[in-house]
Amino acid sequence: MKLYLKIWRQKNASTKGQMVDYTLNGVESDMSFLEMLDILNEELISKGEEPVEFDHDCREGICGTCSLMINGRPHGPDSMITVCQLHMRSFNDGDEIVIEPWRAKAFPVIKDLIVDRTAFDRIQQAGGYISVNTSGRPVDANAIPIEKDMADKSFNAATCIGCGACVAACKNASAMLFTSAKVSQFALLPQGQVEAAERVENMVRQMDLEGFGNCTNTGACEIECPKGISLENIARMNREYLFASVKG
Amino acid sequence: MSGLIKSSIARKVVMALSGLFLVIFLVLHVTINFASVIAPEFFNEASHFMGYNPLVQYLMQPILIIGVIVHFVMGFVLEIQNRNARGVGYVKYKGSANAPWVSRNMIYSGLVILAFLGLHFYDFWIHEMTYKYIQANPEDPTRYYAETVEKFAPFWRTIIYIVSFVLLSLHLWHGFSSSFQSMGVNNKYTPAIKTFTKLFAVVVPLAFAFIALYHHLNPITH
Amino acid sequence: MGVLDSREPQGPLANKWTNHKNEIDLVNPANKRNIDIIIVGTGLAGGSAAATLAELGYNVKTFCYQDSPRRAHSIAAQGGVNAAKNYQGDGDSVYRLFYDTVKGGDYRSRESNVYRLAEVSTNIIDQCVAQGVPFAREYGGLLDNRSFGGVLVSRTFYAKGQTGQQLLLGAYAAMNRQIQRGKIKSYTRHEMLDLVLVDGKARGIIARDLVSGEIERHSAHAVVLATGGYGNLFFLSTYCMGANVMAAWKAHKKGAFFANPCFTQIHPTCIPVSGDHQSKLTLMSESLRNDGRIWVPKRLEDAQAIREGKLKPTQLGEEERDYYLERRYPAFGNLVPRDVASRAAKERCDAGFGVNKTGEAVYLDFSAAIMRYGREKALTSGMKDVDDNTIRELGEKIVEAKYGNLFQMYEKIVDENPYKTPMMIYPAVHYTMGGLWVDYNLQTTIPGCYAAGEANFSDHGANRLGASALMQGLADGYFVLPYTIGDYLSDDIRTGPIPTDSPEFDAAEKNVTDRLQKLMSGTGIHSVDYYHKKLGKIMWNKCGMSRNAKELKEAIKEIAELRKDFWENVKIPGRPDSKNQELEKAGRVADFLELGELFAKDALERNESCGGHFREEYQTPEGEALRDDENFKFVSAWEYMGEPNDAKLHKEDLVYENIKVKTRSYK
Ligand SMILES: Cc1cc2nc3c(=O)[nH]c(=O)nc-3n(C[C@H](O)[C@H](O)[C@H](O)COP(=O)(O)OP(=O)(O)OC[C@H]3O[C@@H](n4cnc5c(N)ncnc54)[C@H](O)[C@@H]3O)c2cc1C
Ligand code: HEM
Ligand code: SF4
Ligand code: FES
Repeated sequence: MKLYLKIWRQKNASTKGQMVDYTLNGVESDMSFLEMLDILNEELISKGEEPVEFDHDCREGICGTCSLMINGRPHGPDSMITVCQLHMRSFNDGDEIVIEPWRAKAFPVIKDLIVDRTAFDRIQQAGGYISVNTSGRPVDANAIPIEKDMADKSFNAATCIGCGACVAACKNASAMLFTSAKVSQFALLPQGQVEAAERVENMVRQMDLEGFGNCTNTGACEIECPKGISLENIARMNREYLFASVKG
Repeated sequence: MSGLIKSSIARKVVMALSGLFLVIFLVLHVTINFASVIAPEFFNEASHFMGYNPLVQYLMQPILIIGVIVHFVMGFVLEIQNRNARGVGYVKYKGSANAPWVSRNMIYSGLVILAFLGLHFYDFWIHEMTYKYIQANPEDPTRYYAETVEKFAPFWRTIIYIVSFVLLSLHLWHGFSSSFQSMGVNNKYTPAIKTFTKLFAVVVPLAFAFIALYHHLNPITH
Repeated sequence: MGVLDSREPQGPLANKWTNHKNEIDLVNPANKRNIDIIIVGTGLAGGSAAATLAELGYNVKTFCYQDSPRRAHSIAAQGGVNAAKNYQGDGDSVYRLFYDTVKGGDYRSRESNVYRLAEVSTNIIDQCVAQGVPFAREYGGLLDNRSFGGVLVSRTFYAKGQTGQQLLLGAYAAMNRQIQRGKIKSYTRHEMLDLVLVDGKARGIIARDLVSGEIERHSAHAVVLATGGYGNLFFLSTYCMGANVMAAWKAHKKGAFFANPCFTQIHPTCIPVSGDHQSKLTLMSESLRNDGRIWVPKRLEDAQAIREGKLKPTQLGEEERDYYLERRYPAFGNLVPRDVASRAAKERCDAGFGVNKTGEAVYLDFSAAIMRYGREKALTSGMKDVDDNTIRELGEKIVEAKYGNLFQMYEKIVDENPYKTPMMIYPAVHYTMGGLWVDYNLQTTIPGCYAAGEANFSDHGANRLGASALMQGLADGYFVLPYTIGDYLSDDIRTGPIPTDSPEFDAAEKNVTDRLQKLMSGTGIHSVDYYHKKLGKIMWNKCGMSRNAKELKEAIKEIAELRKDFWENVKIPGRPDSKNQELEKAGRVADFLELGELFAKDALERNESCGGHFREEYQTPEGEALRDDENFKFVSAWEYMGEPNDAKLHKEDLVYENIKVKTRSYK
């Protein structure tokens, strides 16, 4: 098929970018979206132009690196997948496809479609862990039985891949879904209880410092999240936070 | 504790609490208003009580006014911060694909309500204040019904009221259940809360609109 | 022993590790504060090592080329992690895990290392649970297990199909705790381009900030390489796009021996190639072989009809299908080790029984498992007289709970519903057993340069068992390296910070910038990917699932030619002093073009078939691998001498005192 691409090009963080039009022929429906971009890049390179840079690594929907806003939706039109899992069969011959980077103040553009998501790392550094020594000798794993339901819920929260689609989708560029997934993962386990109050306060503080917006419960994040992280996590974080603040 | 005032979650909670407070006020308001349709005498009594009871006048009324102010000021603060959080905007952004219109446009429904509140204040509150304190008229427990009905005589005012109530409906459609999520309530009752929200968001503004229309269509003939 | 001193401790196998820990030198806590360690790689091995070393008090710097440590490719591991916990009470033990691993590796791994791995495996699970890793649990609240290929017990711990993700997030969380304490400085979007030696010791690295393009110098008292495997040599593989051999290769060129480069694992259950545009292959976890049955049509005509789209697999009855693994290996059936399963698939497809357009695919069928689970569910929930459709629905739910994310992945890629029609799978490059040669302390032949995780060669011999790589990465990082590195660093407590303005650093940096310049000066028209794909084709066709002397020799020649062409002609737009993904790729492919040649040379020298290394000349009449213990019971450790082809072979003889070396049989 033939496609009309409109792609954000920007040299680096300090220059201004703009949308550039490309026409691409010979795209097959079996190709993944990123393979389609690979082909475009091959063409650009053969013409001596700089290829379009975009973030990607595992290309199987788990590392959370890929991050494209496609026709106004993070990770494209399909649901419950990342861009690298999106295939061209979701598009038709002659389609126009607008490709932009994630947009958020807290995610500045590095180059073309690549943004800096280290804000997410800093949120996790602020408290996204359980303080046990890795060189210590903990108790036997089965000494802490955990209700299957709780373990599964914690797992579900923990499957967040840190891609940032929630921020990209949210009209407020809020990072509540991500942060709440990280908070919930530990809050749901007995091992995480000890530091629960401190953890949620520190992580929310960092989230606010990074300049993400405020949640207005539109639910866009949940719909666009490739891992189906639930809004329940946000409610849980709000709850945890309120208890933590009241406790002082 | 300091987090409770400064953090994004705290701002959300303030929004939710003030919003819920206004919701409760709405219930009271619509009940009394409805009396003007079915029981004008009772309406007069209730209005008089509200207008002259010191508890209502010096405690509840200021709280209500502060509640409204806190709510919309916080609404503006959030909106400004949220707009800033995006930085460079998208060329193409398909908000409709993942979030309902009402949830994305709370500021606009809120602004219309605010404008309406301005008119409403002018119509009733300023009027009351002038009547009571500037003109220093004597108490008259029977005047309210007639005054109210008269207000709805002009077609334009009735229309403005009705349009505002539609926007109020949209505001509540998202806002009511959303405030529970903001306060950390999302559990097995959530579907029920959502259903109730929708019912509430339709019934209450509809009642208001009905009252306005009713009085417009049934003027007091002298 | 010569140059290769494996430093295996003396004494009975079961006590070696304990004795060793008692005997090696330690660094006291106050002195650790004066010692810097660089860790390149933040996967399971690097991440866990960084967290633990920082916690012990060392000053740690970590490097990864991704934008966050959490995105290392360990994140993609699906199936699980082994540990000899014997929670299922099915007769598992440290010895059995040790035995299975040595046997699975076709007797080409070092006994003492493997035993230690089995020994510390149980700590891993305890550690991870304490850290909050949400492993799958049973209704009683205890940990659940599944089984993997090549073993007869259930010892694999898992978190749905995302075990690697959960374990890596655990290690990353532990890292975060140390970053917050200021004990780890994490450099992301940084690539190590060279190792710096001062007085023969590893004392630092040259790294490129991938965002600014700046070349940086970092010094330390020791350098740990935990940079993963080199399977991307084949272009198409289950690795992430950025996986590379750069760090290990640079160390190799500076004196670290490279062990068993040709030992590569080709995983039997991957989604088949669909066309030339393909950029990577996706694994379907081995855990699927717990419940899926592998087959091809019995008759060639049926296979042909299926390829032409005239026949559907579901139309073939039981007796028309060839469950070739169950037929050939009745004892292990669909759960034979990976090398065996892969070769068997290739054998069937080469014989014309392949089932997709390209003729390179076999079926992995869940219908039997779905019905089995469905019936069980109907019984346990007291349903009577249920029809087949209801049973199938019940069964599909159970299969979804177990493998939902894998099925979804498959459906997105292939556009077919694997609950209704069998999956198509084919082998793909997945893991490299070879890597930097290390001694018992995980030290390479360069003093102060350590290798951990997939980057070293240590534990898996000629074939790795499923769920053992995660185990090894975490064992190395959490439980081995933190002890053994102290033995070396105890000499450095008075050294003080290593300066970065020494002539050695100057030379290394110049080397790096010259090379980047040279890469940028190509005058041809082809992109990096063009060369990478060509290399991949050579590797897959001539150094892949089965190899022979003639083709290996051809490969050596072709790779050398391709490398020459690459250096003269590769076209890289942009500049070296800014973000430049093409330049990043070029550096990686340049190293692959050297490693590929050594790989072929290693395969050529090893005149036997063992594990993943199958030489057509050495097979039994039934087509099974024919090992030659008399002449090849050793580790090949290659020393760099200039061109890859000039590399010098050193042999580490493998001694088995606690295990009887047998012909591997899964029949
Ligand atoms: C799809 C898939 C599924 C798998 N499933 C399983 C399983 O179920 N069970 C199991 O046991 N094993 C499994 N494996 C194998 C296992 O995941 C890997 O062997 C293991 O995770 C490797 O970990 P590592 O820490 O050694 O390296 P990696 O996790 O690969 O990390 C490499 C690190 O090195 C960094 N790096 C590399 N080069 C450089 C450089 N030049 N400069 C700076 N940084 C660099 C990277 O940024 C990264 O941080 C699977 C592998 C794949 C590909
Ligand atoms: C009778 C009048 C009003 C009622 C009953 C009301 C009610 C509510 C409720 C219940 C919420 C949800 C809070 C939450 O999600 O946590 C809300 C949100 C909001 N309101 Fe109002 N409101 C009223 C008037 C106004 C006015 C005058 C404005 C002025 C601009 C306004 C602006 C907003 C905004 C912007 C939000 C969204 C903020 C958010 O969801 O976090 N509202 N309102
Ligand atoms: S919550 Fe979902 S959308 Fe947000 S970072 Fe995690 S996986 Fe991505
Ligand atoms: S590239 Fe890893 S999730 Fe898309």
